[in-house]
Amino acid sequence: MTTRTATPRAVVSQVLLTAVLLLFLMPFVWMVATALKPPAEVFGVGSGLVGSEIRWSNFAEAWSYLPFGRFMFNGLFVAVAGTVVVCVTSVLSAYAFARLRFRFRDRIFLLYLGTLMVPQEVTVVPMFILMQQFRWVDSYAALILPWAFTAFGTFLLRQFFLTIPRELEEAATIDGASRIRILLQVVMPIARPAIAVLAAFTFINYWNSFLWPLIVVNSRDMSTVPLGLNLFLSQNGNQWHLLMAAAAISMLPTVVMVVLLQRHLVRGIAMSGLGGR
Amino acid sequence: MTLSVPAPPAAPPTAPPSNVVRRGDGRAALGFLAPSTSGFLLFTLIPLVGSLAISFFAWPVLGRRRFVGLDNFVELLTDPIFHRVMLNTLVFVVVYVPLNIVVSLGLALWISPRIRGRGIYRLLFFIPTVTPMIANALVWRLLYQPGGAIDQAFQTVLGMPAPNFLGDNRWAMAAVILMSVWQGFGYNMLVFSAGLDAIPQSLHEAASIDGAGPLRRFWSVTLPMLSPSMFFAMIMTLITSFQVFVQPYALTAGGPGVATETMVLHLYKEGFQQFDLGTASTIGWFLFMIIMLVTALQFLGQKRWVHYDD
Repeated sequence: MTTRTATPRAVVSQVLLTAVLLLFLMPFVWMVATALKPPAEVFGVGSGLVGSEIRWSNFAEAWSYLPFGRFMFNGLFVAVAGTVVVCVTSVLSAYAFARLRFRFRDRIFLLYLGTLMVPQEVTVVPMFILMQQFRWVDSYAALILPWAFTAFGTFLLRQFFLTIPRELEEAATIDGASRIRILLQVVMPIARPAIAVLAAFTFINYWNSFLWPLIVVNSRDMSTVPLGLNLFLSQNGNQWHLLMAAAAISMLPTVVMVVLLQRHLVRGIAMSGLGGR
Repeated sequence: MTLSVPAPPAAPPTAPPSNVVRRGDGRAALGFLAPSTSGFLLFTLIPLVGSLAISFFAWPVLGRRRFVGLDNFVELLTDPIFHRVMLNTLVFVVVYVPLNIVVSLGLALWISPRIRGRGIYRLLFFIPTVTPMIANALVWRLLYQPGGAIDQAFQTVLGMPAPNFLGDNRWAMAAVILMSVWQGFGYNMLVFSAGLDAIPQSLHEAASIDGAGPLRRFWSVTLPMLSPSMFFAMIMTLITSFQVFVQPYALTAGGPGVATETMVLHLYKEGFQQFDLGTASTIGWFLFMIIMLVTALQFLGQKRWVHYDD
């Protein structure tokens, strides 16, 4: 079946697929092309892919027009801090559910799983009121903490911990190592790929998150990148060349991350998925 | 933060039975679970109960709240605008989910081991699922503009202007759905790719020897073997599509009129533009009930078509 000689059919299939891919990538190409055009040439007949000049200065202009550096910093800080909290709490609780024996363990785990069914939209209103009570509106804490305790990480890592042979830990137990030391020195190194997947997906979720920041942030200084784009749109929705430059900048971190971690992510989806059994 | 990238539930390997009393780890467990459980209580369980309570109140963002019983529910159920919002959401789900599944499955099948550089194809189709939705929507907003890229393509190929996609009642929802499919199918494509790669080649060979053609093999081997992944992808895609928000917000702001206003967009407008938190919370509960109902139906229906190998 999987011969490596290129039959005519395989070549046609490859060429067609590439055409589909290029069509699919067209919006991104158009985004970058528009970001490099003079403003007068964004619309209208004859405005092709390339304008009369390539205006790299659009990027600099978009960057300084709004405090985009600040948005990037906010977005990165929130995403990194959130990812750290999620990974630490998930590792601890996943280990407890996978390896410790205690009363009601399986029932508590089911309760955790049940909360995965609750859409964010059900809790945004009380969450907002909670933030008002805590005086957290328009703060990093409000952007980071409310969504840092999802059961998803616990679920994903528990699945992985259960596949690690117990003998490895038993040897360490006999040597008198404590639970936490076993977790740190025996389990964590083996689980690194799974934790990397969780960290990457968590980072991406935080970076892209829109509804909650829109609700809880009300100053320019606390805006994340998606909010910054929204602000840009509401203030000068007709400056398409700058908007597209800003949109392109906003995509960089997650695209770089996916390119760097692609093998992990694909494997993570396969590992945690129904395939690969 | 929505769970845009959940992990499909593999068959849970069983942990040691918790009733075996060899040596309880109660105290250790308390320590290990304390951080996540406290966050859980504060940020999931309390808000969940709270949101139900809030929906029985007239609850302005500022000012006095008042108990109104079931008024919020009754008002929404008798409001023609909310009927339209529900219908819009339903139309989005009913059109978007099958399109997403068909496109992602089709491409997963197409990017078979015979395609060279298949990892690169998969990666590129996956990219829009991880870039900020608002950025994707803005790009499409530019494409859809009169005089924009799609309009010019119409002029060149058909010699006529394109409809004003985002400003026309008849086209706006279709435009939102098209952009959403483009953005969202990449994740399911990876799930299906993983599922397809896990199907033993020997099954296909055996079916070939028995004289099954490619279509028959797809129907009798590939689909049944892939059905657990399909079931998972369908449930997840359904849940997330009921929650659609950013696409209509950024493309059309729910317009023209309320032609593309979806439940979550309506929730946002009621709660955080009209400052009526009681109504917003009630919409959230409507959404929750619908999602639970649809998921339950999926689970009931799965016996008929999902084929587990256990």
